[in-house]
Amino acid sequence: MPSLKDIRKRIASVRNTQQITKAMKMVAAAKLRRAHDAAVESRPYAEKMRELLANLSARVSEDSHPLLVAREEKRIDVLFVTTDRGLCGGYNSNLFRLSENFLGEHPEQEMSYRFVGRKGADFYRRRGRSAMDDSPVTWNAPPEEIAAAAAGRFIGRYLRGESDGAYILYSRFRSALSQVPTAARLIPVAPAKVDEDQQLTEYLLEPSIGDLLSTLLPKSVEVQIYQALLEAVAGEHGARMTAMESATSNASDLISHLTLQMNRARQAAITKELLEVVSTAEALG
Amino acid sequence: MAGEISLRVVTPVRLVLEEQVDELTAPGPLGQLGILPDHAALMTTLDVGQLSYKQGGANSVVTLAGGYAEVLDNVVTVLADAAEFPDEIDTARAENARARAERALEETDPTDEEALAAARASLQRALVRLETAARR
Repeated sequence: MPSLKDIRKRIASVRNTQQITKAMKMVAAAKLRRAHDAAVESRPYAEKMRELLANLSARVSEDSHPLLVAREEKRIDVLFVTTDRGLCGGYNSNLFRLSENFLGEHPEQEMSYRFVGRKGADFYRRRGRSAMDDSPVTWNAPPEEIAAAAAGRFIGRYLRGESDGAYILYSRFRSALSQVPTAARLIPVAPAKVDEDQQLTEYLLEPSIGDLLSTLLPKSVEVQIYQALLEAVAGEHGARMTAMESATSNASDLISHLTLQMNRARQAAITKELLEVVSTAEALG
Repeated sequence: MAGEISLRVVTPVRLVLEEQVDELTAPGPLGQLGILPDHAALMTTLDVGQLSYKQGGANSVVTLAGGYAEVLDNVVTVLADAAEFPDEIDTARAENARARAERALEETDPTDEEALAAARASLQRALVRLETAARR
């Protein structure tokens, strides 16, 4: 049985930990709100872009731009989005599982990974899979720059024929409590379909439909990555908030359990002392 | 009279502007593009430059760092890579950016077309921002 002093020490240490997890929870909640706002604010742009692209691509054949043409997937580029830091519950391990499944579904293909987030890079470094280039793997740059760099790289490789497709593996943000690990195709671009019976608006196009497509398509890849990154960030904070919330309540449980133990130990000590006094008195009596 | 065109400027980061305007002028690929009420449906790319719009007698300006515009039934949607109002522009930063871009332009290998184009684009962005800031 641990001594009274030992139990007191443990209670103090658990209380310390609880204060840290509580603080982390509050920080994550504040960051979640900001990240969530950023994701919501970027939505109008992404939606309008999807609309424009759907409208444009409805009036051209599929082979009018190389980024629209699908080919047999022999080499695939993957953007794997994880976090830099831990303590966010199962967020990263869910992504690792998604990625391993993704690899399992494409056994024949040659996969090149590019990482955002140190955790994913570390996971594959331990398994001997290296990144396709030496681009930074952390979140230090602003998301729009990360998205632009990754999009440029993937598009270049696709157009030069060094890859036959690009995917992004990330955590889709559903709510603070729920993130869904998702694999989405970036290249070739699959524009949303316009309803058949809906009349296509006759637009004047400047400078030309080809020019419009060739700037809009790469931009849309970039925007898709950017959106995914924003959602990933929001999800990370959501996951951390939830994890820290349950850590805090676990600490509370532990403290009340230890307090009970401590009170029992104290009671036992008092009883023992009393017994000693009584039996001494009797022996002397 | 309230403007007849509803103008919306969005960037990936935020919704910059949502206003009713009487007319606007945007930096089109083939020169300045003036849009009055009842303009035909139009989809176009936009260059780096100033988007100006009139509300009543008042003229306002926003800088655009390139993008797209759609005109449809008196609704103009501008998708800009970045957009700033004159009072948001940090003149010192823009001045720095211009100096940096000019240096880059001189140092860039003249045969490297891509780098040259990038340097020219950033120089132009800096110039437009300075010009807009001067109108404050």
